[in-house]
Amino acid sequence: MPNVEETYDIVVVGAGHAGCEAALACARLGLETVMFTVSVDSIALMPCNPNIGGSSKGHLVRELDALGGEMGKNIDKTFIQSKMLNESKGPAVHSLRAQADKQDYTREMRRTLENTDHLTIRQAEVTEIIVEDGRLTGVKTFSGAVYHCKAAVLATGTYLKARCIYGDVSSYTGPNGLQAANHLTDSLIANGIEMYRFKTGTPARVDKRSIDFSKMEEQFGDERVVPFSFSTDPETVQKDQVSCWLTYTNEETHRIIRDNLDRSPLFSGAIEGTGPRYCPSIEDKVVKFPDKNRHQVFVEPEGLYTNEMYLGGMSSSLPEDVQYAMYRTVPGLENVKIVRNAYAIEYDCINSRQLNATLEFKNIKGLFSGGQFNGSSGYEEAAVQGFMAGVNAAMEVLGREPYVLDRSQAYIGVLIDDLVTKENHEPYRMMTSRAEYRLLLRQDNADLRLMKIGHEIGLVDDQTYERLIWKEKAIEDEMERLEKAVVGANEKVQRFLTEHDSTPLKSGSTLAELVRRPELDYFTLAELDDRRPELPYDVAEQVNINIKYAGYIKRQQQQVAQFKKLENKRLDQDFDYSEVPSLRREAVQKLNLYKPMNIGQASRISGVSPADISVLLVYLEQLRHQRR
Amino acid sequence: MRKTDTIAAVATAMSSSGIGIVRISGDEAFDVILRIFRRKNGKAPAELKSHRVYYGYIYDGEERLDEVLVLVMKGPHSYTAEDTVEIDCHGGVLMMKRILETVLKYGARPAEPGEFTKRAFLNGRIDLSQAEAVIDVINAKNQYALKSSVSQLSGAVSERIRDMRGKILYEIAFIESALDDPEHISLDGYGERLRETLKPLAEETARLIRSADDGRIMVEGIKTVILGKPNAGKSSLMNVLLGEERAIVTDIAGTTRDILEEHIRMQGISLNIVDTAGIRETEDVVEKIGVDRAKQTAAEADLIIYVVDGSCPLDENDRRIMEMVRDRKCIVLLNKTDLEQEVTAEELEQLSGKRVVPVSAKERTGIEELEQEIKELFYHGELNFNDEVYITNVRQKAALEETLESLKMVQQSIDSGMPEDFYSIDLMNAYEQLGLIIGEAVEDDLVNEIFGKFCMGK
Repeated sequence: MPNVEETYDIVVVGAGHAGCEAALACARLGLETVMFTVSVDSIALMPCNPNIGGSSKGHLVRELDALGGEMGKNIDKTFIQSKMLNESKGPAVHSLRAQADKQDYTREMRRTLENTDHLTIRQAEVTEIIVEDGRLTGVKTFSGAVYHCKAAVLATGTYLKARCIYGDVSSYTGPNGLQAANHLTDSLIANGIEMYRFKTGTPARVDKRSIDFSKMEEQFGDERVVPFSFSTDPETVQKDQVSCWLTYTNEETHRIIRDNLDRSPLFSGAIEGTGPRYCPSIEDKVVKFPDKNRHQVFVEPEGLYTNEMYLGGMSSSLPEDVQYAMYRTVPGLENVKIVRNAYAIEYDCINSRQLNATLEFKNIKGLFSGGQFNGSSGYEEAAVQGFMAGVNAAMEVLGREPYVLDRSQAYIGVLIDDLVTKENHEPYRMMTSRAEYRLLLRQDNADLRLMKIGHEIGLVDDQTYERLIWKEKAIEDEMERLEKAVVGANEKVQRFLTEHDSTPLKSGSTLAELVRRPELDYFTLAELDDRRPELPYDVAEQVNINIKYAGYIKRQQQQVAQFKKLENKRLDQDFDYSEVPSLRREAVQKLNLYKPMNIGQASRISGVSPADISVLLVYLEQLRHQRR
Repeated sequence: MRKTDTIAAVATAMSSSGIGIVRISGDEAFDVILRIFRRKNGKAPAELKSHRVYYGYIYDGEERLDEVLVLVMKGPHSYTAEDTVEIDCHGGVLMMKRILETVLKYGARPAEPGEFTKRAFLNGRIDLSQAEAVIDVINAKNQYALKSSVSQLSGAVSERIRDMRGKILYEIAFIESALDDPEHISLDGYGERLRETLKPLAEETARLIRSADDGRIMVEGIKTVILGKPNAGKSSLMNVLLGEERAIVTDIAGTTRDILEEHIRMQGISLNIVDTAGIRETEDVVEKIGVDRAKQTAAEADLIIYVVDGSCPLDENDRRIMEMVRDRKCIVLLNKTDLEQEVTAEELEQLSGKRVVPVSAKERTGIEELEQEIKELFYHGELNFNDEVYITNVRQKAALEETLESLKMVQQSIDSGMPEDFYSIDLMNAYEQLGLIIGEAVEDDLVNEIFGKFCMGK
């Protein structure tokens, strides 16, 4: 008999960005939840870059917020600089990114967790999962304590058998020298879970006092800050911001790196894990892009109460002496003092195709997972998976239907569908180019897309929901008004158009038609629009975008309608595809391996052809009739 | 015109005789026909009634194409149980193809192989016990389409398309990496550069569309193989048929060591003629390859023209060839009637069991009789175009049209000052369409290109 034995509804393993969202979602839905971490001081830790959001990641945070997640609110409380990226581009690729005060971020999230009912935080290393008859029934910790539960979410991040490496120095620790989790992998393998080994890395942190900022370009935040969370009052986030700094590597930096490549564990073979191509180490960049004679280095503060600065763009696993030498060739860093060395980290994660789109393991009922454990990368990617895994674990315990977002609903849907459907051999990062319907999946309309779902789950309150319903109506009314409102070709109108380099009117025009002109928009047209009602900015913004890009939006909506047809054809998880006559062998193998949830997902599996899908459709139709 | 889920194809066999039917099925079938059909009074019908036949003309814009009967069936009372329109036209193969292209231009998309049958089945119009038969149709048609779409495309054309795809993908990857990493990669002034890059690509696409019209890209027609012993006069015959000196003709036996392929129209019938190396037992390695290839080609042919040199006695090689053509559609030509004859037509007819036509390629006699012979085989329905080849051809042309359309959309977006992220939407469409032609899917090309060509990230 174990000396300690407790019972919860839900166990969450890990307290990083995935674990926090999972635990909060479950506890807020009223389920008794225990969250394990190897160190309570490292809750919601940001062990790499000091920011939240960025291209497509900002979308994820917005979506998470609309569903009732915490990340957006937490960064709104703790940011020290904020920027809307891609502002000069189309609305689909605008993306919010905020520099965080790392310690503040951790502290605020911990405060929220500690004050959430039904949530218990426990510092302990989970070493085993307990599975009976294909169902998860509990976990065991290093001390031998047993926690019975109805469902569990694994969110171990980069801690499983973690190893940090630079030069020939390597230590079996998690990020920042935190204790690694060395036992759980064995228990997972014993339960039939296939593991991968991935790698990532981080640059050095340096002392601000040793930097000559006069040789760098100052990078300011936006004058008007837009909050991440739909529930944050924009006025509360207008505050003093700190700057980041831009400098560049040069030929001398690259020479030092090339001369020392043989001492890099990445090139000597000491690191086996697969690294991400989108955030290559500086030595990777120098090798892969020999023609580039300089690379950007962003010097970013780690917080308000520390002198540590993050050297974005120069992650590395070169030996300590080489790190010093190369950093010191960079203008402004000639006398730099390193506080923490750059390092690469290797860790165990899973082959994520073992998961359903609900993020539950196909072969272990009640076991869910999220975050870097699933082979993704990034705080935001982790948070949204943790949230979805937590929600679906809760739904299972509550006997409710699971929630799966599809590729036409959210970046979250794209991310999870990619993870569970496609071959993935490197830490997966979200990118706008991965979303087929990105004109519809904008960061500005995440609330309109997802808040109803959040409310239905039970994580968005009624008041917020009612505001959303009002907003929908307001947008619709205003769009309708603009389609009908006609302006004549009078002198005032023609003068206005000439002033805005726009062709004068031949006859009357609706305001909507004028909004569609590239050189005009809803806001500039206020001058001609006498009957315009007073509307909040977020409503006006939607009206403008919806009218301006109506053609493209309609096209994507048509594509989505096509996509949904296949997506709505559900497939039985126990179905044996070898029963289908004349299905090609490769297709049978792949389909039996992946067990897709619907025809749409089946069609995205590499090795399954359109003809295979046709054959499958015909066969399923026959089966359906026979069963009747 | 944007493609919908309304499909179209030629529903009858592609033959020069009789009436052909172009079938359209799907939600927008009626919209499509109303865009291209006008009654005798020059107007489209105000509304279409189900199970009515309309008489009139098909128009591509202002150009009148053919006199037709249009049969309208409202779903679910049709073969596919969807709204369906059938166009009965009588202009022969070329006109059917032209009408199908017009239907595609005005909003339908080419049907996938077996798709009408599939839809009929899925909509409950086909007896469920026939599911396996339906699956077999889909599989068979797909296998053929796969094989033919690749084999029909000449190497030079697929090379050009691959090259264009590469260039388009590079531009998409550049835009996307700049969007994903705006602080590392700038798009300042990019629109103007892209415009310059796209100009030659759009021109190239337009050229390919024009050559698709001439039938120079995708070879279609009755696959006809000329077979015979070395120096029987196969290449001379080919030249006579083509009316030009194309194959190398010498008096040395075994000159044609590879396979020559040409496309001709003979009294309204398309022939895709292949000249082959002479068939004989040989020790010459190069010649042997030619011989093997000739046998292979003959095995895939719709029609074999077996050329016999009448001035030499028949030998073991002739018997071998006669064995090869035993169960095949074959016309035997007794060539070199201008020289002293060692073989008679009667003798040959008895031995081969095929029709024998005496000709002289050199004197150009007997050629008309040969044409007559082919024509009769065709009109008696013993020879057919392969529908799938046609469909593939139309499909490929439709993809090229859509590529051009997408490239123009990008240019329009640049002109009207749209943000750069809109460019990549249309570029991606062009890239996908070109991929359809050469049978290459998208998969993870873009992500690989982004990481391979552009340096991103922290």
